[in-house]
Amino acid sequence: MTAKGDANSSADIVKTSGNGDSSAAEPSLLVEDLVVDRGEVQVLNGVTFSAQSGHIMGVIGPNGAGKSTLFNTLTGLLPAREGRVLICGKSIQDSQGSVAFVPQRQNINWDLPMTVWDMVMLGRTRRIGWFRRPGRADREAVEDALNQVWMWDRRNSLISELSGGQQQRIFIARALAQGVDVLILDEAFRGVDFTSQEVMTLVLQEMRDAGKTILLASHNISYIRKLTDECLCLNRSVVACGPTAEVLVPDVMEELYRSVDIYRAYESEQN
Amino acid sequence: MDVISDVLVAPFQYGFMVRALIVSLLVGVMCPMLGAYVVTKGLGFMGDALSHAVLPGMVAAFLIGVNPFLGAIPMGIAVALLSGYLIKRAGVSADTSVGILFAGLFALGVVMLSFTRGLRVSLEDILLGQVLGVTTRDVVVTAVMAGAVLAVLYLLHKEFVFASFDPAGASVIGLPTQGLDYLLLALLAVVIVLAIQAVGIVLVLAMLITPAATSFLLVRNFPKAMFTGSFLGVISAVAGLYLSYHYNLPSGPSMALLATVIFAVVVAVKKAR
Repeated sequence: MTAKGDANSSADIVKTSGNGDSSAAEPSLLVEDLVVDRGEVQVLNGVTFSAQSGHIMGVIGPNGAGKSTLFNTLTGLLPAREGRVLICGKSIQDSQGSVAFVPQRQNINWDLPMTVWDMVMLGRTRRIGWFRRPGRADREAVEDALNQVWMWDRRNSLISELSGGQQQRIFIARALAQGVDVLILDEAFRGVDFTSQEVMTLVLQEMRDAGKTILLASHNISYIRKLTDECLCLNRSVVACGPTAEVLVPDVMEELYRSVDIYRAYESEQN
Repeated sequence: MDVISDVLVAPFQYGFMVRALIVSLLVGVMCPMLGAYVVTKGLGFMGDALSHAVLPGMVAAFLIGVNPFLGAIPMGIAVALLSGYLIKRAGVSADTSVGILFAGLFALGVVMLSFTRGLRVSLEDILLGQVLGVTTRDVVVTAVMAGAVLAVLYLLHKEFVFASFDPAGASVIGLPTQGLDYLLLALLAVVIVLAIQAVGIVLVLAMLITPAATSFLLVRNFPKAMFTGSFLGVISAVAGLYLSYHYNLPSGPSMALLATVIFAVVVAVKKAR
């Protein structure tokens, strides 16, 4: 089996994807022939896929597959050398504010004391506008977002005092307060306590039902299977992309991880 | 009553003490406000280096006979922006390239000082501060610049906090994080130049980071820490000025020492609990 052959078959899956309810709408996220370099290394090599609004898309692949690079490109943090990205029909620059990124923890300056309330209010920064202070609508949006992730009681706590899972919930609350169309989560479920996992799952499903698009990278295949509608299998280029149940099969796993063991391990874990 | 008026009021029958008090107050307020960012963003070395690097600008202004601010403020901003660029682009370690640049500029400044013979410029005053010697024009410039710095910090508060706490997140929602970083460095340069009058090049760090660091031990909220730091900064600066008047001590070191003592006391009390 060659990578090229598989890329072609994955393209077929893309064409036949859609859960029947997408009504041929314009995809909220369209990525075409994306090529991204990091220094001298070409990390993404002609990545093409699309995601519908009202869908949760899992992103899986081995370490170094380019998941974080893809996310950094979609959020405008890294420039693309070639290719095209459209978010709700607009370029990355024009769609700033409608995309939120739940980052990995190490990108945050934890020395800066920040309360939960202030942190979620950061999501309103763009709506509030330069030189202005939060108004009533902003405070209400923050309150709603905190209630949605079950963190209203902790609004006066410092973020640095929360558990990892609670911190992730606050990042999601910030995206809710921001009112995004596309939410990107990078390993957001890693090392997260059970309650937070449940709350995050609920919130992501609510966001999906409200028509948002969610991209979720995880190494936890059983979790991807449980939560996502579609799955993007990435290893420098797209190995497969389509409905999760059709994509998470031994053939694709073999191609993606050069091993079916990982897949079998998760399968047996589930049974 | 007599004691109070002798100790607290008497010094201000002299015009130079009134001017010194105003500058000390402004420096005491302004330094820790910006210091809160310096402490949390780990810019302490940058602040120290920057204060040394403005020396050639100051001396050049002396040499052509204009107000030292006219040399130091543009020089400070230029060097701050250049070093911000070096930090972002450094092929070598950022510490190293910034260190080399600033040590070299300081050396240049000291060499230039030897050409100012005959002018009333003392290296000691520049290094350790001489707030008792500020002119009315210095007071006006300090007040105007301090007002501008505080206005920018107030107006861009939420943007600065966002970019400092979560630079990537701020970038994603479209904040110009690089521009904000450069603006913060430019403000840092201005504040440092103003503070040099009070505490000198060598001791600027004491006003910039010590009260701010103390405030983070006392309160755990960023805006409150800015105000608490300013309060401690004003106490240090004004009390240092009184100490220097009544006991004939150098004013800059007195202020710096008080800020350090306050920090030490807070640490000790926190440990004891």
